[in-house]
Order: sequence, then C-alpha cells, then structure tokens
Amino acid sequence: MTNTVDEIAGAGAILVTGINPTESQPVIGYRIRQAVRNGAKLIVADPRRIQLAEIADVHLQFKPGTDIALFNALAHVIIKEGLQDQEYIETRTQDFQHLKKMVEKYTPDYVAKITGVAAEKIITAARLFAQADSGSIFYAMGVTQHTCGTENVVALTNLSLLTGNLGKPHAGMYPLRGQNNVQGACDMGCLPNVLTGYQPVHSDRDTGTYWQRLKGAVSRQPSAVSREEAGADSSVIESIEFDEPISLNMSVSDTIRAKFSRAWGVELSDVPGRTIAEMFHYFPHRRSRIMYIMGENPVLTSPQAELVREALEDMDFVVVQDIFLNETAQYADVVLPAASFAEKDGTFINTERRVQLIRRAIKPRGDSKADWEIIQELANRFGLNWNYSSAEEIWDEVRELTPHYFGGMSYERLDAGGLQWPCTAIDHPGTPILHKSKFARGIGQFSTVEYRPLAADATDEDYPFILTTGRKLYHYHTRTMTGKSDGLNSLIKEERMEINPQDAEGLGLDAEDTVKVTSRRGSIKSKINLTDRVPPGLVCMSFHFAESPVNVLMNPAVCNMSVASGLKSCGVRIEKA
Amino acid sequence: MDKVVLKLDDLEVMANKEDTILQAALDHGIYIPHLCYHPDLKPFGGCRLCVVEIEGRGLTISCKAPVEEGIAVRTEGPEIDKMRRVAAELLIVNHYSECLQCARNTDCKLQDIAAYIGIEEGRLQRLKRTARDLPLDDSNPFFIRDPNKCVLCGICVRTCEEINGVGAIDFAFRGLDTRISTLKDKPIVESRCESCGECVVRCPVGALVPQNMRKPEREVKSICPYCGTGCGIYLGIRGDKIVSARGDRDSVVNKGQLCVKGRFSYDFVNHPDRLTTPLIKRNGVFVEATWDEALDLVTAKFKEAQEKYGPEALAGLSSARVTNEENYLFQKLLRSLGTNSIDCCARL
Repeated sequence: MTNTVDEIAGAGAILVTGINPTESQPVIGYRIRQAVRNGAKLIVADPRRIQLAEIADVHLQFKPGTDIALFNALAHVIIKEGLQDQEYIETRTQDFQHLKKMVEKYTPDYVAKITGVAAEKIITAARLFAQADSGSIFYAMGVTQHTCGTENVVALTNLSLLTGNLGKPHAGMYPLRGQNNVQGACDMGCLPNVLTGYQPVHSDRDTGTYWQRLKGAVSRQPSAVSREEAGADSSVIESIEFDEPISLNMSVSDTIRAKFSRAWGVELSDVPGRTIAEMFHYFPHRRSRIMYIMGENPVLTSPQAELVREALEDMDFVVVQDIFLNETAQYADVVLPAASFAEKDGTFINTERRVQLIRRAIKPRGDSKADWEIIQELANRFGLNWNYSSAEEIWDEVRELTPHYFGGMSYERLDAGGLQWPCTAIDHPGTPILHKSKFARGIGQFSTVEYRPLAADATDEDYPFILTTGRKLYHYHTRTMTGKSDGLNSLIKEERMEINPQDAEGLGLDAEDTVKVTSRRGSIKSKINLTDRVPPGLVCMSFHFAESPVNVLMNPAVCNMSVASGLKSCGVRIEKA
Repeated sequence: MDKVVLKLDDLEVMANKEDTILQAALDHGIYIPHLCYHPDLKPFGGCRLCVVEIEGRGLTISCKAPVEEGIAVRTEGPEIDKMRRVAAELLIVNHYSECLQCARNTDCKLQDIAAYIGIEEGRLQRLKRTARDLPLDDSNPFFIRDPNKCVLCGICVRTCEEINGVGAIDFAFRGLDTRISTLKDKPIVESRCESCGECVVRCPVGALVPQNMRKPEREVKSICPYCGTGCGIYLGIRGDKIVSARGDRDSVVNKGQLCVKGRFSYDFVNHPDRLTTPLIKRNGVFVEATWDEALDLVTAKFKEAQEKYGPEALAGLSSARVTNEENYLFQKLLRSLGTNSIDCCARL
C-alpha cells in the first residue's frame, strides 16, 4: 500500500475493484463506509454486487476478465474530457502520449460492448474519480488472480498516475493484504528471486538487475551522504547501500550474495529458485523432491489441487510444520508442532507496511515450539551453528542486512508503536506515504496494456457459467483457525454457492438443493444460495470449506509476469446433484 | 486548536473551542451524570441526565451545549437535582437489576448514576421491574441482547450506524413499548448485523454483553492474527487460556475497532486439536515422536535427497501467518542448504 489505513476516511473518491473489504478486511471496510459518510465518492467495479456497491455512487458490474478494457475506458474519458492532472503528468511521469494514443479506441461505447457496463456509467465513474481532490484505488485478488493480473494492476496504476494520486495524502494505491504477515513473508525474502528487502539473488551478469537498469546503480557510501542530503529523500525508497560503491559494470546481485554469504558464513547459490507452481509442476521430473511446508495449506489453496495432492504423494519426503494437522499435513512424512501467535514474540508487517510487535501471552501447547526455534534446531543439525536466543536478535540481523527497509526499527521503537518501511535510521520517522517527492524508480512510468479476451478458461456450450471465488466474513481461508470456533461455525456452517435466482430457475434448482459444479479439471459439490449479488451467468464460491474445495476446479495457468495463478474465473457446468 | 476559558462550579477550566460542556467537564475530572453520551459518537441528548445550568441562561443539557468563553456553569442545584432525579429514577425502575448476576457489574454507568444521585431505600421498590419479562435475544453466538436491562440510550444504534455504517438496529415501537430492534423485530442473527461487537463494547449497562463472559486476569498487547489490516489488540488471559480480546484504542490502524474474527475468534489457540507433539508417519499412520527423532529424520532425509539429486531438489513454502523473524530464518536455512526454491502464498 502506498498510503495508510488512517487516511481512508478522508479520501475524496474511492475506487474499489476486485476486493470485498467488508468481508475480507472488515475494519478497512468500516473505514471506507466512514469515508462515504464523510462525503467521499465511491465507485465499485466488480462483477458481483458486493455490499459496498449498495452505498456506491456508481457500480460498474463488468464481465469477469474485462478489467483492462474497463480501466482503459476510464482513462479514455479522463483524457478526452481533460480531467487529468497535467502538471503532475509533466513533472513526475513519462510516456503519457503513448497511453493517450493507446486508450483512444477504448471509447465508452466500445467498452460497453466488451464489459456489459453502460457507457454513461463509465463516464460518470471517470468524472467522479478524476474530479475529486484525492482518489484512492483499492484492489486485491480479484484483480491479480488472473492470467493478466500484472496487466490489470498496470492499467489501474495508469489511472492513479493520470489523476496525480500517487504520493499524496488520502490517495494512492491500496492493494489490501489478506493475511496478517503476507507482507512480511515477502519482505523477508521468502520468494525465489529475492532476499530480504527485495535484494536480488539471481545472477544478472548479462542483463543487469531491475535496480541497475532503472537507477543507474551507482550506490553511495552511507557515510558520504550528509543527513541533510539524505533527509530530502527520506520519503522514498532508497537503493541498497553497499560498503563499497559499485560501478555499472559490476553485478548488483553478486555484491548482494557476497554480502549475505559473508554474514551467514555460507556460499549462496545464484540459481533461480522454483515458484510455488513449479514446485508442484505438472511434469514430475520438474518438481521438487523434498518439501518443507511451514504454516501453509496448498492442498486447499492451490489451483487444480489434485495436482498438488499427486505431487505431494510423489515426493521423496514432505515435512509440515503447523499448529493443526491440516489437509496438507495428511501428506507429510513428518509433522512438527508449532506455537501459535499468542505463544511467541516477534513482528508482523501489515498491509500498510507497518511493522508491529506481537508478544508472548501464554506458553506453547504441549511440546510445541515457536517456528524460529524449530528452524534453528534444524539448522544446527546441518552444522550451521546458529545461536539466537530471542526473536529480537533475529530481527536485529534482518535490520543489519536490510538497512534500506528496516535499519531504524529497533524493538524498543516498535514497542512504542509500529513503524512503516522504509525506515532507514534510528531517527527516521518511517514512511506513511510512498513516492511523495519522487518515485522509487525516479520518474512515474505510464505503460500501455491492451485488453485481450481471456482464452484460458472461457465459457462455451459445455461450460456455460463463469465461476469466481470470494470470501465470507465469518470464515478465514481454509478454516484451520475459524473452523475451530463453534460460534463462527454456527453462523456459516457450509459452503453455499451464490447463484442468480434466474439461473437457478433455468436449471430447475430449489433453495435447498445440492449442485455438482464441473470445470475442465474436476467437479465438486456445494449447496446453493439464491441471490442477486451475482448476475445471471456468474456463480461464486469461497474456498473456506474442505468439503467444497473450489480450487480443485481452477485453472493452474499463471500470469506470465508474476507467476500468480488465475484463481478468479473459470468456465463451469452446473447440475443438480 | 483554539481554546476558551469557562467556569465549571467556580473552577476555571480551559477547553477546546469545539468541545461541549460535558466533554470539558469530563476532561477535567468533573463528573456530570450521563448515559447516552459516548466520546466516539455524535451527541444525542436522549437521557437528559447531563443537565446543567449556565448562569444567566438557565438549564441546558451539557452534551449538546458548546463551551463558550467566559460562561459560568453549575453542575448542581435544586432544580438540576430534581430534573436529574426524575430522569434517573425512571431509568432505574425500568431496569432489571440483579447486579451480582450481571456481566457489567462494577463497570456499569447506571450504577455510577445511582451512586451519584443516591437512592433511598424503599422509595423505588413499588415501581421496580422485578421480572425479566421481555425475551432475551441470544441468537448471536457471541453476545446476548437483554431488553430488560436496556436504558434506551441509543449508543448501540448510533455505533452501528456511525462507527461501522451497518445500521442493523434502530429504535422501534412507541412510548413504554419503545425498544431497540432489528428490521421486522427478527433475532439479531437474522439481521444485517456483522457481529463486530462494537455495540457490546460501548453499551453502558448490561443490555449487551458477550456470551460466556469471563473477566481476564491480565491482558497482553498483540496484533490480530487474521487479515492483513494488522489491528492492535489486547488478549485477555486467564491461566493459560485466551478468554477475551479487545481493540487497542491507541493503535493508529484500528483505533480500537475490531471485526467479528478479531474480537471473538480465538478458540483455535486453546483448541484440543492443536498439535502438541512431533509426528512421524510409519506405515501410513502418524505416530507420536520426540523432537530428536523427528528432527534427526528430517535432517537425514534432506541430506539423502541432496546427495541423490543436488540441493535444488529441496523446496520450502513459507508462511504468511508466522512472524518476520521466522520467515527470515526459514529462507536463511533453505538458502544456506543451497536452494533458492522458497515461495509463499503471496503468489496465490
């Protein structure tokens, strides 16, 4: 997120797309409602009539997969009516003319045909967003979990740049995080291509890294920069600082690997790692042979889950470390019992980049141990000789190796209240708003992304419905936690697929019927919920219930840029079970 | 912020220009009885208990009267006491009060008021509601609504509307029959209530209380373990069990607000299904093992696979649920063992 939760209530206009915050991030949902009461204009762009659509000024109920056409049409209207922030565009961005040329053909009438949204609504939405003093854009998996997920985000970013909404209060981009520490997992380098703070690990000797290409890469020595000079830049992400300045013809990742190798006392590999989809690859010889799974449940969360089950069975050895014997743990050879969040110290990073302390409230259950203690014991069996006695010691090592993000975040400071990265020095106040005076990459880049119909999992005669997925207020992910609450289970006890009454009538379904939902990959059963929250032709399920594991049906095709799976739409057939 | 100076019972106090007389008094530790006022909500002026006298102008309700430079306010006086007593006594007689059996005992605004005005023994006995004749609504698994204890302050109604924008409840019926109701007077669980519990937190009496409430012996500050919002919480602990949670009002993220999961859903921590010992699968069945047995086996298998296939054969899925420190060590371990195959569910 570029901005903070606290700013939401003061936004001038809010665009909510591909997210249902009143159910998935309720407190942020409350804030959006508060903003509307304070006078914010609300635009909801979603194929479903989510709760926020009821209080929206305009609801753009587009066909799933046509996001880019819709966002480009909004850009078209903004430019055609001269509502863009010209000064911002001239001083802080580049390649506006390319965008302008590209969106020319995305007239409201043309896009109305693609998206099914009336042209007038598109025009109204564009005006509301562009004419507000500040505009923020909320999105999440409904935008990213497509084979064109990255392009969807680019199209949204264009809107934010066009209206000068990046780098100022009550504005910006709000990609809401779904899990308490998904931000932290990424920031800590639990990705195959980067170490902590997104420091690249791949060999880049031929191509140069992202940073090198964009920033010219000559890093300054920290001591050579005066505080005043650094202070001017304190609101933007700094490039990584090195002990020795490195020149353009040196490899950034070589330097980084050398830094980590020295700190860790090991030689680090520059071979790119596998992504989650590749670990469970369709071809057995391309899969991993040994899996160490900590606090995840891929059997229910991955697309075409049958493939994950098959891969786990096929592997030589599977270790699962968790607080419960979840569906994935059934495939383990060894299960290691972990402590819950209430039984250990540490930090989480929330959706607004805020690092916050959690504190041990009770002792671990039985013989279970904090995950870090288990990992350390394992490391020492490999002769790595680790010797951490507290979470704080580990965090201090993270700070030392990741000064450009966490340098200034001591436990002592965090104890007094969270801090938002980047926070580079002990006297740095943290960064509530990113890209304030300039962008991380220097200048804001308009990129052109064209709409193309999704070929991967379209509807046809055999699979006439589009299935999408969503979340429910009363449960959380695969229910390993919420499923243990009698209260929550009494509020929602089973999956009920949302289906429009008109479709149900066509299929001869009654409210209490069970249906069989079949995609090109498999079929599952579910009860139904007759509701006009979904338009005819669209059905929606959650992935909360193991009895109706919707991701079995989903297409494992991935976005070719982020390698994220297209979990948000697939063609299905529905029959009475 | 602009300041004004006014007199409260002959004490000179400084207040923010936007404050009401009641806020200014409470800020300076001067108690004026009140029931329908809540600092998070807009003034309502329903209970009439906070009546005061502005010298030279007469009586007014202090929760709605803005402070002004130089005014002199009296919080007591014969006329004030008379008005206040009538209003308070009507509330008290209508309130089903078995205080010792009430979850809000010692934390009840009506008790504060009764103590302040003083109730003579016998005076209210004849009028007092002695039976719990209105039905309880315990349809929600997390809290109970007891109309027999409701004082119609409207704090729950306004919280639902002003704080969360849900609007599940409102005043219904008239006169003596007035009560707080859902649309069509259905059980709360069938309304649009989102079970966030914000109304329960703010109810000044025992009309809205958590189900099976147990007061914690101590509280520990933490962060909610569910979504990515990162709401600040205080976990209430008794022995080694979590018995309650409340929002941290000092948290800049949630300012005390929580959703149903963050407030009511910690059963999983103390659940009997928690894993308490390492398990090793032998002949397709999980068997309990010691840490040494389990970790030795993992180490041996990892080494075996590394020799057989090379370090790339090993892969790890890290967790969006564990701490930064643990995620950091997880990738450090795998990378130290020679593989970069680490991913997490952020890609899903």
